[in-house]
Amino acid sequence: MTHDGPRGHTFVHTALWTAVIYVLLSVLSVAFLAPFAWMLSVSVHDLPGVFAQPFRWVPDPVRWNNFAEVTTLFPFWRYALNTAVITGLTLAGTLLSCSLAAFGFARIRFRGRDTLFAVCLATMMLPGQVTMIPLYMLFSALGWVDTYLPLIVPAFFGSPFYIFLLRQFFLTIPKEYDEAAMLDGAGRLRIYWSIVLPLARPALATVALFTFIGTWNDFFGPLIYLNSPELATLTLGLNMLKAQIVGTGATQWHLLMAGSVLIMIPNVVAFLLAQKQFLKGIAIGGLRG
Amino acid sequence: MRWHKRGDTFAGYAFIAPWLAGFVVFTLGPMVVSFGASFSSWTMLSPPTWVGAENYQRMVSDDPLFTASLLNTAYYAAVSVPLGTVLALLLALLLHRRLPGMGMFRTVFFLPSITNLVAVSILWIWIFNPEYGLLNGALRLVGLGAPLWLQSETWAKPALILMSLWSVGGSMVIFLAALQGVPPELYEAAALDGAGPMHRFFAITIPMISPAIFFSVVVGLIGGFQVFTQAFVMTGTAQPGTEGGPNNATLFVVLYLYKKAFQEFKIGYASALAWVVFFLILVFTQLQRRFARKWVYYESGEQ
Repeated sequence: MTHDGPRGHTFVHTALWTAVIYVLLSVLSVAFLAPFAWMLSVSVHDLPGVFAQPFRWVPDPVRWNNFAEVTTLFPFWRYALNTAVITGLTLAGTLLSCSLAAFGFARIRFRGRDTLFAVCLATMMLPGQVTMIPLYMLFSALGWVDTYLPLIVPAFFGSPFYIFLLRQFFLTIPKEYDEAAMLDGAGRLRIYWSIVLPLARPALATVALFTFIGTWNDFFGPLIYLNSPELATLTLGLNMLKAQIVGTGATQWHLLMAGSVLIMIPNVVAFLLAQKQFLKGIAIGGLRG
Repeated sequence: MRWHKRGDTFAGYAFIAPWLAGFVVFTLGPMVVSFGASFSSWTMLSPPTWVGAENYQRMVSDDPLFTASLLNTAYYAAVSVPLGTVLALLLALLLHRRLPGMGMFRTVFFLPSITNLVAVSILWIWIFNPEYGLLNGALRLVGLGAPLWLQSETWAKPALILMSLWSVGGSMVIFLAALQGVPPELYEAAALDGAGPMHRFFAITIPMISPAIFFSVVVGLIGGFQVFTQAFVMTGTAQPGTEGGPNNATLFVVLYLYKKAFQEFKIGYASALAWVVFFLILVFTQLQRRFARKWVYYESGEQ
């Protein structure tokens, strides 16, 4: 649909305008894709090729072996498993705790509900830095530093933005379903589990995607809580690899780029598979105003 | 109310119990402790002693690094947020027309904002390499100067700002959704009245999507004030403690806070820094909100 009015725009005019849009989009796409293309290209070069002038975008030969080589430079598969464990448990905790709270806020009328929901919304804007130091000391006192517990346990206690997102979706499910189920003798838990959750699958998928990408990419949490190299996540491991490689003569950029490519793959795949859910979630969050 | 029952209060609290417990233990409690700690002298090795407002006084009068980090952060946020907003709006306007291939373009523009920030930072270190990097290669091709980027005190912040423009996809998606909510009748009516495209853009599009612009700017500013990972990974030498270089040009407030807390173990001072960050974000949000009431158009019934 174009918003050109019924008058004043001839067919030629519209066609010209369309061409301008495509040209602009193509130029911008090249600019946005260039860093990715450069990363992929560097990741299949050999070291002299990385520094060759002029740079050859398609090297000869293409060194696919760089991807295998980088996984031997640091315990890549170990870190991938660590990251998967943290991400999996965080995902389970977030989906469970946030959907429970969202159900409470959306479908049960109780004293103090609106005040508590306002508190929940208010904490959405709270910068993490304010609670970071006391939290670190709390987890330190519990003996949790250098374990995965500080990264996983909080996920089981809800996250304001996801509670908000799920609550908005739960509100759109007709309350008559609950009433009918209650007349049949179903309890709240049963309504939550058998009626609301199945109907809210799209919203749950959105939350799962956000959580997956956020946890997979998390840097700050692992940075402050994990000390033992064997516990590191992929993101932390990649940064350690960078610190180890950079500043040792000719930096092996081709291997660093190969490692970066490998780390990005799960995100890109997850995003491409569920793009619609993801974009919708962002739009909902944004249109709240 | 129709479905108000006696057991509802119990059931309600039971459902929100995990969040409520988490709020008390992981948010409210730490906030109280952090606030108290900000008035203390406290290292990991020594117990806290009450020092009143000394931490805050020192910040204002006797800590050039704090002043520098504040100015760096203000510079970064003040330049990257407007530029990013304009770019995101431009992309959204281009994508808004239902032409073939728009989904593909949208994916291209959005992809950078979901990729791993550490991997992206490492990529951009190499892009910004003065000699072999992609950016200076392109600049030389068109005959422009080739700055030292991350190695230059002047160009390090512009480099990080340029990199931030690569991840405007989130705002773009929000603007796209907002554009789709503008009723086409408005444009038709305006066109019938003889309004040109520019006039329609400023008289209809901008006012109608102003809540989305406002939201995106505020979230952008909050994010801009919390910039950390890029500066931590991309700047300084590989030695710990050198992040924020060259010559503290990329020492942002949260990076400074991190160094005070986790490299120098100054809990009290770092807590005070955290509250200053919080306060600045709060003031900014409130100022924006007040300002927004004057010019942001909200459809009736919405908040």
